[in-house]
Amino acid sequence: MDRVPVLKLGDILIVSIQIDLQDQSVLALQEDLADKVVQTGARGVIIDITAVEIIDSFIGRMLSTIASITRLLDAETVVVGMRPAVAITLVELGLSLGGVRTALNLEKGVALLNHLDGARLAVAPR
Amino acid sequence: MTVPVDAGRRRIEELLEEHEEQILGRWFEIAGTMSGGHVDRGGAAVPFGEIYRALRRSLTGSEGGSDLRGLLAELSRSRARHGFTPSETASVVFGLKEAVYEIVEADGTPEALRGFIWFSRLVDEHGLFTFETYAAARERIIADQAEQLLELSTPVVKLWEGIVAVPLVGTLDSARTQVVMEKLLQTLVETGSEHAVIDITGVPAVDTQVAQHLLKTVMAARLMGAECVISGIRPQIAHTIVTLGIEFGDIVTKASLADALVHALRQSGVEFAEARSPRIAVRTEAG
Repeated sequence: MDRVPVLKLGDILIVSIQIDLQDQSVLALQEDLADKVVQTGARGVIIDITAVEIIDSFIGRMLSTIASITRLLDAETVVVGMRPAVAITLVELGLSLGGVRTALNLEKGVALLNHLDGARLAVAPR
Repeated sequence: MTVPVDAGRRRIEELLEEHEEQILGRWFEIAGTMSGGHVDRGGAAVPFGEIYRALRRSLTGSEGGSDLRGLLAELSRSRARHGFTPSETASVVFGLKEAVYEIVEADGTPEALRGFIWFSRLVDEHGLFTFETYAAARERIIADQAEQLLELSTPVVKLWEGIVAVPLVGTLDSARTQVVMEKLLQTLVETGSEHAVIDITGVPAVDTQVAQHLLKTVMAARLMGAECVISGIRPQIAHTIVTLGIEFGDIVTKASLADALVHALRQSGVEFAEARSPRIAVRTEAG
């Protein structure tokens, strides 16, 4: 079974999906990510799906689940690099990635996380 | 008295050979009067001689008439392009019947008369074939134009760094929305724009279906990480939308493209500075 690698960059975890996702590797990825977030105390997770050509309801739900898990661990999940064709298919299927933030590419995803972090610091009571 | 079909057919073939000049001349005249006296309009000249010879070749049966069909197809295609009516086109072929009948009448033999029935059936067949190719050519022209129109009518323009706009003009149907959606999303990726303005000033009516299409486009853009603003909602259209009970949810809508641009600029962090003093246009003459 292929394992999707989880990379750490500062306090952000980056997952780039480059393979055809099997159900097993998806479940493994969820566990790996939860472990890594706890282990590193990351404040953000970026899932890059630039190379993914097909997203079905299972993977769509997987993304939502990951977002929920990481939010519990106080880290925001951003899905970046979704292809136009994938977005159209998801909309046509009536699927929405509930609770998942999205950005056009990795760079904007990092910027979004930084922005969120800044906003959180600004409203935090001293 | 019965005449065998073969004998009639032979007689017609003989007549066609003997009176070639005469039939061609007469055919040309008849076709001219039938199609309103403009056989040669706009370069769509009819190659009577070629068609006639191809017809005779097809009668002798050496090559099965594919030559003739090719010529007829070419004729109806060029006529369809030059704006002839279908009856004008088909009457060119039917004119041959009249021309041949005059020869048959002069000949007067029972074989010729019997053969003419066979010949007229043959010409009818070719006439119908001309009609069919004419219709096919017309349909292709219409399909091509529809496609060109689709390409023409969906530009995606860049308003600012990171802001693109889609001015929609005309009725939105499923096919067009699909094209617009694909083009918009593709442009978002290519330019890395995070804001899009969909301007519907030019859309004459918004019903539930159009609204559905717009919502889908906005949702798809959101999935990719871009925000859409819908602008150009005229008062009547706002009224219709509310009457129909369409919910735009949390999608930002603005009355004009200018308002939408200001909103998008604010969202992307552009600061506006108030001008200190009202600007007055001062023109000084040079020299």
